[in-house]
Amino acid sequence: MDERLNVSSNPHVRSKASTQSIMLTVVIALLPAFGFGVFNFGIKALITVIICVATCVLTELVFELLMKKKVTVSDFSAVVTGLLLGLNLPAGAPWWIGIIGGVFAILVVKMLFGGLGQNFMNPALGARCFLVISYTSIMTNFDCDAYSGATPLAVLKDGGSVDIMNMITGRINGTIGETSMIAIVLGACLLIMAGIIDLRIPGSYIVTFALFVCIFGGRGFDPAFLSAQLSGGGLMLGAFFMATDYVTRPVTKKGQYIYGIFLGIMTGIFRLFGPSAEGVSYAIILGNLLVPLIEKFTYPKAFGMGGEHI
Amino acid sequence: MKTDSISVRLFNGLIKENPTFVLLLGMCPTLAVTTSAINGLGMGLTTMVVLAMSNLFISLLRNIIPDRVRIPAFIVIIASFVTIVELLLKAYIPFLYDALGLYIPLIVVNCIILGRAEAYASKNRVILSLFDGIGMGLGFSMALTIIGAIRELFGAGECFGVRIMPQSYVPCSIFILAPGAFFVLACLTAIQNKIKIAGEKKGKDMSKIQSGCGFDCMNCNVSHCPDRTTNEENLEVLELDDMVSDTVPITPQDIAAINDAVANNESVKEENDND
Repeated sequence: MDERLNVSSNPHVRSKASTQSIMLTVVIALLPAFGFGVFNFGIKALITVIICVATCVLTELVFELLMKKKVTVSDFSAVVTGLLLGLNLPAGAPWWIGIIGGVFAILVVKMLFGGLGQNFMNPALGARCFLVISYTSIMTNFDCDAYSGATPLAVLKDGGSVDIMNMITGRINGTIGETSMIAIVLGACLLIMAGIIDLRIPGSYIVTFALFVCIFGGRGFDPAFLSAQLSGGGLMLGAFFMATDYVTRPVTKKGQYIYGIFLGIMTGIFRLFGPSAEGVSYAIILGNLLVPLIEKFTYPKAFGMGGEHI
Repeated sequence: MKTDSISVRLFNGLIKENPTFVLLLGMCPTLAVTTSAINGLGMGLTTMVVLAMSNLFISLLRNIIPDRVRIPAFIVIIASFVTIVELLLKAYIPFLYDALGLYIPLIVVNCIILGRAEAYASKNRVILSLFDGIGMGLGFSMALTIIGAIRELFGAGECFGVRIMPQSYVPCSIFILAPGAFFVLACLTAIQNKIKIAGEKKGKDMSKIQSGCGFDCMNCNVSHCPDRTTNEENLEVLELDDMVSDTVPITPQDIAAINDAVANNESVKEENDND
């Protein structure tokens, strides 16, 4: 009887999802890529990622304790940031790279702007760009126990050829988590099935990028070149796990398509015309900065509002 | 100002109205040339010389320069001293001249210099104006040297060219690139604000006094305003105390003069903003 007469304000139907459950799902979805990275690069990759995760969590904890704020470590967002950052580092990076990156990601990019939900760019990517600018030689040196030499994208950039099968399975050189397309797509499928992400941003991103490569790549529609570009570098990891970050993507549907298309074009420009072989992280950072603008232009009109005359 | 003196001017420039950390003026050289401590110090001292000399001469000529053409006149005076300093640097300190490059001629448009000329030197006595310039210049030099030293320390592991960090330290090259300048400036300004706010809590609330009403208490109808009677300090900020006194009755001319001065002061602020 009480329940039937209960009058409350909306929302009346609530999702069971919480920040914690969503972040935990993302962590689980990242595990295949992480596991393959450890398998591919050896124990050093495991240590690098663990350092990143530990630094991120500790930084958030210490900052919130010092600032006498509510401790939000248990929502796993710092774990996701640390995991993504670790997967974005080369396996042979020295241990302090992970610490500097983790502190920068959480302290500067996230906490100084107000914590989870307030950061204007993806913390892991912000830290990656910081590290690439600060320690260029370390961050672009992919020599480690398992591999030496250039990444497939760098080889392609210099006009060489690569083995497509190895690129798709991930037995190639690169950062820890980006090499295996299969492992990443496996994780992405889990996220899509759990309803955490949808295909709007990754789909429009990857399709736009593929079209851009076909048009401007200089090789026309060359399936080998195209699939190497798609499976090489951080494109898959970036498209499924970082461009779809809840905080730094547009909330409107139309905006998400615009965002994905923008990312595809920027990645294409950076990869094909830029000086370095990789451009996913810079493209996503740039996209993050444009999100407020995209949202402003795609903000839906309330019913009955708008039209030509006001 | 009644309480104005040489030491007040120096303190004002160095701490209270530090051009870099408090007024946030002259950001272009602050961000661009502070890649090392010696560059920051050189830029600061160069600016200080120009600032002091231009303040001195503008103050000397303040009764001759017509009000309508004062900005071009100031610019001519400032540009003359910049040219002199540039040629001197080229002749005697060529390494600094090479390091600062384009930013030496750009001192002409440094808004600290024009700002002080407009806000202080054109209204005050010669010696005080000279020391106002020196104080502001010292504050600018101090700020630039600190920023430069921090950037050099992290970006190259050195300070004034002397190795500080251990040999195993890998330089974090973002600090000597443009983003590093923003990081360091932001952190130092935040620290400065933190100290200042802590000091204000002990003393009086400065935030309300600078609330932009113009302190035109004579024409003000707000009877419950907390700053209504404590005019002396407010007027010091605006340098109006010569026109207002508690004993002399206020005439309409006085009110007009106050309004003019307030408008003038605001236009200075706007110009400062247009750096």
